[in-house]
Amino acid sequence: MNLPVRVFKLHEIAHGRSGDKGNRLNVNVIAYEAHHWPVLLAEVTSERVAALFAHRNVTRVTRYELPRLNALNFVIEDALEGGVNSSLAVDTHGKCLSYLVLGLDVRVPVEPGEGASLKPALQSAR
Amino acid sequence: MYRIGSGAGFSGDRIDAPQSVVAAMAAAGEGGAIIFETLGERTLALGQIAKKQDPQRGYEPLLEDLLEPILAQCIADGIVIVGNFGAANPPAAAASIQALACRLGHDEPRIAVVGGDDLLGRIDLSQTERWDGDGRVADFDGDVIAINAYLGAAAIADAIRAGAQIVVTGRVADPALALGPLVAHFGWSWDDLDRIAAGTLVGHLLECGSQVSGGFFADPGVKDVPDTANIGFPIAEVEADGSFVVTKAEGTGGLVDLRTVKEQLLYEVHDPAAYLTPDVTLDITKVELEQVAPDRVRVTGARGHPAPVRLKATVSFYGDWLGEAEISYAGPNALARARLAITTINERLRLRGLPVRHRADVIGTVSAFDSDDGALLADFDGATAGDYRVRFAFGAPSQREVERAVQEVNALYCCGPAGGGGVRQSVRPQVRTLSHMVPRDLVRSSFQFAGGGS
Repeated sequence: MNLPVRVFKLHEIAHGRSGDKGNRLNVNVIAYEAHHWPVLLAEVTSERVAALFAHRNVTRVTRYELPRLNALNFVIEDALEGGVNSSLAVDTHGKCLSYLVLGLDVRVPVEPGEGASLKPALQSAR
Repeated sequence: MYRIGSGAGFSGDRIDAPQSVVAAMAAAGEGGAIIFETLGERTLALGQIAKKQDPQRGYEPLLEDLLEPILAQCIADGIVIVGNFGAANPPAAAASIQALACRLGHDEPRIAVVGGDDLLGRIDLSQTERWDGDGRVADFDGDVIAINAYLGAAAIADAIRAGAQIVVTGRVADPALALGPLVAHFGWSWDDLDRIAAGTLVGHLLECGSQVSGGFFADPGVKDVPDTANIGFPIAEVEADGSFVVTKAEGTGGLVDLRTVKEQLLYEVHDPAAYLTPDVTLDITKVELEQVAPDRVRVTGARGHPAPVRLKATVSFYGDWLGEAEISYAGPNALARARLAITTINERLRLRGLPVRHRADVIGTVSAFDSDDGALLADFDGATAGDYRVRFAFGAPSQREVERAVQEVNALYCCGPAGGGGVRQSVRPQVRTLSHMVPRDLVRSSFQFAGGGS
């Protein structure tokens, strides 16, 4: 049986952090709950991440999958307008850019009926 | 079991952070090491410039502030201090620590200085390949300030085995700061790649200080962090087999949980099966994390593969001058006035024939995400009334041209859109960096004790 699907911000089911080396950005995206790992795999694709960064003329996006951690790691080439020592940008490191990815809309299966307003358990990963 | 604590995650970190780490390690009474990672790519080039101006400078400016509160306790309790705070001038940093110890009334500690990273004048860059992560960034033709290779942990380990109480390095791979003391303590063979990988992973998780213990993590209502003004820096409790627990001192703020460790585990990692360091190629794809108690996460499963055949080196050049200037617009129609300020400056640069790279952002809209050409701002359809700040950035080899561009922003006070206020401006020189891959056999790392120690 297919569960109904609702649209959430990725930020509601996952967290992550970005880091820079040279003109290369990496962004990790980690599901809070193991049952959202398939959602990450299906919804947070290299193509969608590349589209988020299209305005920066990125040249390649590679997605690495870490199923033991319920995490994806995106490596985004030429994302940093030259990198920390050359860029004219406000955030030369790209430290804010994980939140560009976490702003993605993702379709999340939810239980039918009352549960259709499922609020992911944000703080339960401990 | 051997403890590695973190005292700093970057140059500019909280200078009182090492104190709770050292207090907790001293209370445990089993020695260990505290590591300081204070050396960014840019920091090193700035150190080289400072050293040219004064041969006694070029090391971490906050070195004494970081060490003064903890030096006595580290020496008394057998906690080795390892830091890349030597930057461009490790011998001068060692001399500064000796002077500090003397001033505090201690015997001279045994301070080892690790060298070999400085390749300026010793390699021909035209015979080396660029590192691929700089992508389409153009080659620079300016004067080279510095070339520094990332060294591995061997010289650090050798120094500690020889009795060093403090190890001062310049450029080393950040994880080597932890791997060195671990190899010295456990006697791991450099061929025991899974152990070398495990020690590298300890260093990777600790190298950014509080980023694994609740720093760079808080997102109110989503990822709450207790007592963010008092985050405890991490301590790793490492076993002889390379498994370890990440924790922090009792009574400090912050938190260590699966989420904080995962975010840092993948921080600045590209291929997680091949995190390249001078000592080992680290594979974290089989790493397992377990929350064994509050603020205690057990880490196992690091795998090692042979180290890469080439080392990465940072090449620093004199770069452009960077000018920045900001002006605010608030209230009704503020966004339209901010946009008019941008188009006005663009036109002024054209009219005055100023050949500067330039970019403008409206802070409060899409400034952090946007590109140099303002593509996102052009499409931004948020509230036109509000409190917006336009931030201009200009870059050019000519200081004078950058200053003239900045002056045009100042002139918006009288000539620009209505109600523009709060202009702030700055012009400063930049250092640019590129990375090159250099053959290992051109890099020889070694240590020697600073004068007076033995």
